[in-house]
Amino acid sequence: MPEQLVFAMEVFLNGLMAGVLYALVALGFVLIFKASGIFNYAQGVMALFSAMTLVGIMKGQVPFAHVINAIFGTDVHYFGWTVPALLAIMLTIAVMVLFAWAVQKYIFRHLVGQEPIILFMATIGLAYFLEGVGDLMWNSEIKKLDVGLPQGINEAIDNYTFNIFDYGFFIDNLDIVATVIAALLVGGLVIFSQYSKEGRAMRAVADDHQAALSVGVSLNFIWIMVWSVAGFVALVAGIMWGTKSGVQFSLSLIALKALPVLMLGGFTSIPGAIVGGLIIGVGEKLFEFAIGPMVGGATENWFAYVLALIFLVFRPQGLFGEKIIERV
Amino acid sequence: MFYREAGDFKTSYTDDSQTFPIKFDRYRYYVVLGVAFGVIPFLINDYWANAFLLPFLIYSIAAIGLNILTGYCGQVSLGTGGFMAVGAYACYKLMTAFPDVNIFFHVIAAGGITAIVCTAFGLPSLRIKGFYLAVATLAAQFFLVWLFNKVSWFYNYSASGQINAPERTVFGVPVTGANTEAWATYLFCLVFLAISAIIARNLTRGMQGRKWMAIRDMDIAAEIIGVNPLKAKLSAFAVSGFFIGISGALFFAVYLGAAEAGDSFGIQKSFLVLFMIIIGGLGSIFGSFAGAAFLVLLPVALKLVGVDLFGWPTDIVAHIQLIIVGALIIIFLIAEPHGIAQLWRVAKEKLRLWPFPH
Repeated sequence: MPEQLVFAMEVFLNGLMAGVLYALVALGFVLIFKASGIFNYAQGVMALFSAMTLVGIMKGQVPFAHVINAIFGTDVHYFGWTVPALLAIMLTIAVMVLFAWAVQKYIFRHLVGQEPIILFMATIGLAYFLEGVGDLMWNSEIKKLDVGLPQGINEAIDNYTFNIFDYGFFIDNLDIVATVIAALLVGGLVIFSQYSKEGRAMRAVADDHQAALSVGVSLNFIWIMVWSVAGFVALVAGIMWGTKSGVQFSLSLIALKALPVLMLGGFTSIPGAIVGGLIIGVGEKLFEFAIGPMVGGATENWFAYVLALIFLVFRPQGLFGEKIIERV
Repeated sequence: MFYREAGDFKTSYTDDSQTFPIKFDRYRYYVVLGVAFGVIPFLINDYWANAFLLPFLIYSIAAIGLNILTGYCGQVSLGTGGFMAVGAYACYKLMTAFPDVNIFFHVIAAGGITAIVCTAFGLPSLRIKGFYLAVATLAAQFFLVWLFNKVSWFYNYSASGQINAPERTVFGVPVTGANTEAWATYLFCLVFLAISAIIARNLTRGMQGRKWMAIRDMDIAAEIIGVNPLKAKLSAFAVSGFFIGISGALFFAVYLGAAEAGDSFGIQKSFLVLFMIIIGGLGSIFGSFAGAAFLVLLPVALKLVGVDLFGWPTDIVAHIQLIIVGALIIIFLIAEPHGIAQLWRVAKEKLRLWPFPH
């Protein structure tokens, strides 16, 4: 087998893994968009914030330590205890639920019925706000996140492929775990939305606010729930990306990466988010591998957007999106 | 008491349809122009020019440009940073390729080139709308910045990958390069801002502006009553690109002096200009000024209060600034979606009746 083809296969597999992580972020977008028509730009910052909170709780950091020290001239940084990962994750989920409640109560309840683009811009404001709060609360240094997920090269795949192609593929254990978790998460969400009472109410709201309201579904509760679920998805994405590359500001930029994924897959479709994520992940890795060296590299920065842009010109609703019907 | 129409009789259509039909408003406008051109250049110093006045003037031009596209024509764009980069690099290439031509024309030509690029990226707007388009403009942002970083022809193969503005003069006075005086750079930018604002104001209240607003309010309905969406949308992209290109050229040549695409014209710049027009007021030329002034002054004011007065570390102040900007965006969208411009209109209405409430 020619060497280039083997390399391309490795790139393809790694692209699939990266695509799963993109899909994970895109999933959070789709959930909120389906239920409330809000295109939540803050999803990436939510992932950052939840990962920061998780690290902060695990290490026993004092919240707002920096501000307290600056105002009162004290020097506190840590409580001096560490919290086990599982408990810390529980506490972080509680924080994200609280956040969901606050967002609903103080922001989006006042913006019901506004145009989608206004809601979008409000979430950009929310993203800035949350980023500022996160930095102020847990300081903005790069933090290491370790909740006990396996990392490093997967020996089994390395050996197996070496026997076949004479070349061992480099696949990160973390990526495999991420794929499994993403699959579980999607399965869980599908079961939740298809078979539970709340999930059914959520789909009803997504279908038609007014009709759902008139049969006694509490919009307020559903929206808080959806934001909480999105917060949970953000936390999972935050853990994956945070373990991979450290908890830092660039984590919030994965939201920008998820946007072309959504455009490709369609804003309203959960399978679309998965397929879109995989296409983008594989596409940008292969493009960088094949064309990148010719044009100076770093094409990953823009490939996804340009792909989505070209795609949209031919199919504006995305791969799995609902057909857009416009009336005057 | 102020802004009264009483006793101000119009005798011709020209009088009736002028930009500032109310006498008080018109005189106020002349006074502002007079102060800006005749008083400030004598009082200006380097600190105020660099900390507030220059960025304010330049961002105002960018905000006017984006306001035409987003506020008047309803096409949300997140590619402002990339388009400013086009203006900056076009200006740089022209400055180095034709050193004998006056920089004034370079800046105008840079605006023209940006208009063409912006129109090209506006083509998808005919098919996709709303935030689909907003995300599509991100493609412009990332692609353009990448292009200017990777293709060394754009920065004349310099080793640092930066572009540096050579010294250029207008009427013998240097406006770019190392030996500039505050008043000269200020006046140079002010001239561009004044011309841009007058053009934008007259475009938006004329036929073209009405077409844009019809597209913004409902594009299908507009199409049915005879507005050509192709022409209306692309002309908005072109005009907007022209102003944004001018502001990018000035930002690089006059304000920064040296620039690198990723640092100076990143995605943050796109958001900053978008925030300016949200806070200032969508669909208002005055709002572009107000928003630019506000967001340029905010960091300066916060630094004065936080760092100099309370002695807090700069990083805390930077974080607080993020919180304040984010909160303000949300508050404005909830409480006053038309921004500072609307507050100004309400104030004018109140002043008109004051001190008699009826």
